Amino acid sequence: MSKDRKEYWRKNLRIMAWLLAIWAFVSYGLGIILVNPLNHIHLGGFPLGFWFAQQGSIYVFVLLILIYCKLMRKLDREYDVDE
Amino acid sequence: MGILGWTYVFVGVTFALYIYIAWRSRVSDTKGFYVAGMGVPPVANGMATAADWMSAASFISMAGLISFLGYPGAYYLMGWTGGYVLLALLLAPYLRKFGKYTVPDFVGDRYYSNAARLVAAACTVFVSYTYVCGQMRGVGVVFSRFLEVDINTGVIIGMCIVFIYAALGGMKGITWTQVCQYCVLITAYLIPAIAISMKITGVPIPQIGFGSTIAAGHPDAGKYLLDTLNIIAKDLGFVQYTATFATVNTNMLNVLCITFALMVGTAGLPHVIIRFYTVPGVRQARASAGWALLFIAILYTTAPAVAAFARYNMVNTLNDKPYIERPQWYTNWQKPGLVAWVDKNGDGIIQYRPGAAFVGRPNFKMADGKRVLGKYGQPLLNNKITTNKNELYVDRDIMVLASPEIGGLSAWVVGLVAAGGLAAALSTAAGLLLAVSSSISHDFYYRIINPQATEKQRVLVARIFIGLAIVLAGYFGIYPPAFVAQVVAFAFGLAASSIFPVILLGIFYKKTTREGAICGMVAGILFTGIYIIQTKFMGVGNWFLGITPEGIGTIGMIINLVITLVVSSFTKEPPPEIQELVESVRIPRGSGEATDH
Repeated sequence: MSKDRKEYWRKNLRIMAWLLAIWAFVSYGLGIILVNPLNHIHLGGFPLGFWFAQQGSIYVFVLLILIYCKLMRKLDREYDVDE
Repeated sequence: MGILGWTYVFVGVTFALYIYIAWRSRVSDTKGFYVAGMGVPPVANGMATAADWMSAASFISMAGLISFLGYPGAYYLMGWTGGYVLLALLLAPYLRKFGKYTVPDFVGDRYYSNAARLVAAACTVFVSYTYVCGQMRGVGVVFSRFLEVDINTGVIIGMCIVFIYAALGGMKGITWTQVCQYCVLITAYLIPAIAISMKITGVPIPQIGFGSTIAAGHPDAGKYLLDTLNIIAKDLGFVQYTATFATVNTNMLNVLCITFALMVGTAGLPHVIIRFYTVPGVRQARASAGWALLFIAILYTTAPAVAAFARYNMVNTLNDKPYIERPQWYTNWQKPGLVAWVDKNGDGIIQYRPGAAFVGRPNFKMADGKRVLGKYGQPLLNNKITTNKNELYVDRDIMVLASPEIGGLSAWVVGLVAAGGLAAALSTAAGLLLAVSSSISHDFYYRIINPQATEKQRVLVARIFIGLAIVLAGYFGIYPPAFVAQVVAFAFGLAASSIFPVILLGIFYKKTTREGAICGMVAGILFTGIYIIQTKFMGVGNWFLGITPEGIGTIGMIINLVITLVVSSFTKEPPPEIQELVESVRIPRGSGEATDH
């Protein structure tokens, strides 16, 4: 594997790791582990932890995939490996 | 026109449409049959994936489940959506680059072994099968209530419809039918949700409505809906609606395991994975995962709102009301035995309290082919009555289907919801049955038994196996192992412990060997399968750290990963051409080539 390819793969892994960290933090962190402290804060009629668990996390998931597509598109072009 | 008339109209029109689409997109070659010719645009694939994946459980059962569970319903919501992030980031682009027809195809080629292919094919069949039974049951529930036929007859009608378009159009037919089914099911889900949200809170967006205050003219007007649900729950002795595990005795590790198993399971479901083979390239595979999740999110963020509204409506229309003044919807749903009432204290008033009113599903007393009625005109039951104060039995599955009636919406909305429920169940059933039949006909028959088979033979075998698969699925639909959502939860555990880890390592760890992958898969599925059978059917306690069968897939996955890595470390490393194959799937360029074989 050429050096460029290795670097491309490393950057790909870095993007993945960051996005998955956010993924885990929002769902397991905000939606489950931290749900009780967050529930003391209210967002309209929603306790915040409850909102993250039943609504917010899903919105974040959609955003994460969108960001992933954008970043990877850029990376593919930068390393000239796009289709 | 009444509810029954409208239901026949909507169900008839949508069914005709599906069959028309299937006829228009019928195929005669394997590439069309298995991967829709690899020409599906990302948005369409997103819709098809959403319909493929949102099943009878998502449409019919999920809001009902959340409605009864309250906060813990979030595990399902997050689990079934979070998996798409894993799918988009870890699997879809690479599998599309690899570019074959099925999941066992990847496993067999990557692990240079027909044994691995066979194990993966067996896993695929097993997982898809566990899942398909729930769909058939869902079809039966919809038919029995809306078209007033017996549940078992409903299952059989559903089998016939799926057979027609799955056998005719293969993946191509299924894809375009699913695009259409997505539109039907999302419309059917949103219209009543918006109407009920308007009615109860005056806010037209359900996602915002269920965090708003109750509109004038309803009980507890002016208070926040969720606060009101908490108060109602407390008054009746239920756990509060937004209460978390701190107030209930819950095992945190188990909660995390359930959510994780659902996420990884979603990413490992073969019928979802194969959808990403149908797009033209890697970029489109990534994009269609995003579209899919967006389309799914529209329903999944509405479901918890529907759940909250349904609970509010149900308690207000039934609890502490005299049975003789029961609403029409109650009578409608009593016919198929999905609601029932036992007058424990003989006061003629329905008391809804925690616990089961009686043991098992309602078993009505019959005489001369008619139900025996009690003092207040209620059908009497043979079931063993429990000692708690609850007198009401409500099947969770009716919460969505009955919500337009409970909310007092027009008859045509009820008919539309019936069509939507059927769209959800049928689209998923078709996708699953295709995954089952392609594993058998492509991976087992063509790749292992008869590699000389002609195109014509291969397509014929695929069609025959779809037919057989449907008959078996119908059998399990008639004799279901547990209620719809629970059956589906098992499929996730099994997908999480077998398919996901083996693909993940196949892409991200070049030195994973054939021996490692086979041992890992077998260990993962054996552990998970045995645990579920023990705890679910043999009455053994949750012996592993108190983890319930729904969450055990997480442990199965870890066992699979560890065993695969350990075995790989002391077996001969994969041949150079396999390592090159792994290098090549990591690079998007060139996905258009090498798609046929």
